[in-house]
Amino acid sequence: MAVIKTNDLTYTYPGATKPSIEKVSLTINKGDFVILTGPSGCGKTTLCRCFNGLVPHFYNGKLEGTLTVAGLDVAEHQIYELARHVGLVFQNPENQLFALSVEKDVAFGLENFAMPREEMRKRVEWALKMAGISELAERPPHELSGGQQQRVAIASVLAMQPDIMILDEPTSFLDPLGAEKIFEVINDLNKKLGITTILVEHRLDLAAKYANHVIVMDNGKVALTGSPREIFSSEEARLIGVGIPKATKLYQHLKKNGVELKSVPVTTEEAANLLREVLKNA
Amino acid sequence: MLEVKDLFYAYPTGLEALKGINLTVDDGEFLAVMGQNGAGKTTLVKHFNGLLKPTSGEVLVDGVSTRDVSVAKLARTVGFVFQNPDHQLFSESVEEEIAFALKNFGFEETVIEKQVTWALNLLDVLEYRKTSPFMLSGGERKRVALASILAWDPNVIILDEPTIGQDHQQKEKLQQFILQLNAQKKTVVVVTHDVEFVAECNPRVILMRQGKVLVDGKAEKILTDPELLLQASIVPPQITQIFLELADFGLPTDVIDVHVATKVLLNRLRGQS
Repeated sequence: MAVIKTNDLTYTYPGATKPSIEKVSLTINKGDFVILTGPSGCGKTTLCRCFNGLVPHFYNGKLEGTLTVAGLDVAEHQIYELARHVGLVFQNPENQLFALSVEKDVAFGLENFAMPREEMRKRVEWALKMAGISELAERPPHELSGGQQQRVAIASVLAMQPDIMILDEPTSFLDPLGAEKIFEVINDLNKKLGITTILVEHRLDLAAKYANHVIVMDNGKVALTGSPREIFSSEEARLIGVGIPKATKLYQHLKKNGVELKSVPVTTEEAANLLREVLKNA
Repeated sequence: MLEVKDLFYAYPTGLEALKGINLTVDDGEFLAVMGQNGAGKTTLVKHFNGLLKPTSGEVLVDGVSTRDVSVAKLARTVGFVFQNPDHQLFSESVEEEIAFALKNFGFEETVIEKQVTWALNLLDVLEYRKTSPFMLSGGERKRVALASILAWDPNVIILDEPTIGQDHQQKEKLQQFILQLNAQKKTVVVVTHDVEFVAECNPRVILMRQGKVLVDGKAEKILTDPELLLQASIVPPQITQIFLELADFGLPTDVIDVHVATKVLLNRLRGQS
């Protein structure tokens, strides 16, 4: 079932000479784990801003075409209505955090929903625990490290338990183990609670294994869409400059030299298993 | 040359961020500082241009203690590109942003013009010359920040998380570019979590943990030691992960590069068939 559907969506920022996204038509189904990728400046962040109504309601500018999110026509519904369904974790956590304590920041969205106090407390505790920052509850967000701030931003969106969660490079400041933990958390929420997840990410090495749908944007348009395996093994993706996971790259290099593995690996486990077979038979 | 001698640093809040660091970075070296969030990486490199002064111990830049020189003076030698470009950018246009430091250093107008154009070209942001930095995407802002430092040609370049928000192509360019700077005998210090990036560059690496240097050595030695990496919250590069899984076939386990990996596998497969 489609939870996000766009048709010929075109958007131009106020004062800009050309649209940031152009004739974008795509469907995202309920429960999908989508990776949205493409060269820097291709319109990924702008598209995400459309999904929660920041475009056009906050940024103004000119929006053409149609966009439905969780059954709501975005042009007709305000940000606060969309916020009940769509949570957005910003690329730069500093743009999102503002309260004097982590706890208050995480509670902010819930306060606006007028959630009863006890329930709110439980929800905040749960979100902090999921993001692995329970011990930071009392700390001021602006004194935390970039990675810690990123976890706070994620917790504050988690707390709202949205139908759709959009994360714009949510682990860019985190160390690899920390990033993996966050991806596990996101994946858990996606698989167990069925939250539709849209992850904007360049580092496909880390994220590929969780996704079932990859959308590649280029120059404001949707250039490719498909399963991770289809996208990573396509010549077009390489030309656009999508960062192919090393496991897939190794496959390609071997193939060029006359050794073809049985299928295209996306993860290191898959690559190791495929190589194991070839090495055994050698 | 950068010399760090028994460096301790505590923030005014009392948080002890560095607990006895000893480190020498020779001219023309390429060093990657890695380690978990909060390990003290950024705190350490902020000492290299005097943004922070040691609580005890000392940091010498070309033999001079950072306590004895102003940040403004040190900046001529040591350029620092911040993790978050928004901490650095403030001008009305990209062009002004890049010209700012050059003006402060007292360069002549014609030199400034030349250096600005050179830096804009280098970082592929020439088309944004007249644009406000705040209209640009995260990745583009990052490149403007880098251009604004490179414009005055410092001998030591410190990059705090340069690959964040960069797409694959930009990352490849950045890598070429850092290797090129290094080939020109510039000292390059990169703070990064990006294991794949480090694996491709193969620099000297220090792993930090809780305010101390855990280990110091070549990338291919450090990035292929899972136990060591785990202590610093780093995971091995993908290629290494694959080879570690295949250790029972007697393949080498210190492979970090996809080209080397291909060669090793082909040799094995062809040698036996």
